[in-house]
Amino acid sequence: MRTAHKALIQTGFILVFAALFLITIVNSEDAPRRADEPLVSPGTGVPPPSVDNAIAVAPPPFSEGIFPCSDCHEDLKVNTTPRQLTKNHKNIVLKHDEQNRWCLDCHDAKNRDKLHLAGGKLVDFTESYKLCGQCHGPNLRDWKAGEHGKRTGEWSGRKQYLLCANCHNPHAPRYKPLQPLPPPVRPEDLKERYERQ
Amino acid sequence: MNDSEQGTQTKIGRRDMLKGLAAIMATLSASGCTTTASPDLDAFLQQHFWKLSKADLDAILARLEKQYAEQFGRPVAVKATPPLEGVTFAYALDIARCIGCRRCVYGCVEENNQSRNPQIHWITVLEMEKAKGVDLQHADAYYDRPLVPEPGRFYMPVACQHCSKPPCVKVCPVNATWTDKDGIVVIDYNWCIGCRCCMSACPYGARRFNWAAPRLPADELNTNTEYLGNRPRPRGVVEKCHFCIQRVRHGRYPKCVEVCPVGARKFGNLQDPKSEIRYILENKRVYILKEDLNTQPKFYYYFGI
Repeated sequence: MRTAHKALIQTGFILVFAALFLITIVNSEDAPRRADEPLVSPGTGVPPPSVDNAIAVAPPPFSEGIFPCSDCHEDLKVNTTPRQLTKNHKNIVLKHDEQNRWCLDCHDAKNRDKLHLAGGKLVDFTESYKLCGQCHGPNLRDWKAGEHGKRTGEWSGRKQYLLCANCHNPHAPRYKPLQPLPPPVRPEDLKERYERQ
Repeated sequence: MNDSEQGTQTKIGRRDMLKGLAAIMATLSASGCTTTASPDLDAFLQQHFWKLSKADLDAILARLEKQYAEQFGRPVAVKATPPLEGVTFAYALDIARCIGCRRCVYGCVEENNQSRNPQIHWITVLEMEKAKGVDLQHADAYYDRPLVPEPGRFYMPVACQHCSKPPCVKVCPVNATWTDKDGIVVIDYNWCIGCRCCMSACPYGARRFNWAAPRLPADELNTNTEYLGNRPRPRGVVEKCHFCIQRVRHGRYPKCVEVCPVGARKFGNLQDPKSEIRYILENKRVYILKEDLNTQPKFYYYFGI
């Protein structure tokens, strides 16, 4: 009898608490919200900060119809003497340590569709940053960390990265000057311009 | 007897009044802000942003969407995305790499619906002499050259520095501007009274005032907008950079980061040890603009080379 009574009281309490809890939940929907209180609404498209930082690298900037190089070079005899090219590729003016280097220091003589590192290891054009990084080590380090070069996409998730060659022409790597967009209107001219329109 | 009768009457009167008030309150709260007939009255009766309930906020956003759709003849989305958890946004800009091409200035204008006439730019690019270093007295914001960078000069884009101790927030008499939890200093354009105290308090000249009704062609409108961010502004309110809330709170980079042709602009989460912003702060020489004022900006200039 006593146990039954106790159980009844307990159940009652649980029911009352459950009801109170439900009421709190329902009311909290309309409770005032402070600005600094995050309102996590589902479907806002906010990725969690721990999304794997997969990086997609842009394709190498080949001129139209130039790749694969083997299309032409397949039938040509390899001449390994450093020289100025006179028949083809005349538009390429090397301005990148040109005193000490020429084409075949980076381009592979045997496999024309690849580049080679100083040790002879072949790399694809899509991995040309490995070649650049042999001399420009600190830049490669900074590029991998996201400091050097431009990243687009998501700060917390997938980003796209550019290859060195997307901004720096490998044959003449200095960044070319640009035409700036127009300067702002001076404050003293704002009114006149506004009234004219 | 007479007295007691009167007393009863008073009691009933008060009860009636309370009942009536309760009924009015119930009707108002049941239907949110949408009870009043005129949107102008709704705007006038709007509460401060911090006091808004979810329903209030939704009603305001719906009202604004309707208003902008009528104004521009295009559907406009107005969101109020809350700050992200565990995120403090910060910005870094490589002064050694910036070439002063002003792509960021105009990219920002397109993204954030600034007035085209009278012209409003949130980013000012200063041209300075390399020999003098950062010398704001002799900086030129109106340089006009066929090509940049000009030899012997360097460039320093300045926008809101998103200070941790923002003087603009301190002086605002109505709390229309504040620092959100993710570190972004935001403005509620509906709450701003246009007194421009913040503009005089800001040591970076980062805030802009809508002296006239902003002119913004409908076809140039960015329809993805935020309440505290890039929604079209009315006349007589202050505006400034907000790190592109409409992009960064959805995980994306700000517009200026994406349009910079030289990759001088970096953005990320200060609380994430693996972010590029942390790498820069830990490994590069960092310069803080007007550091002596102790505004503690979350915008860092650095020398990448």
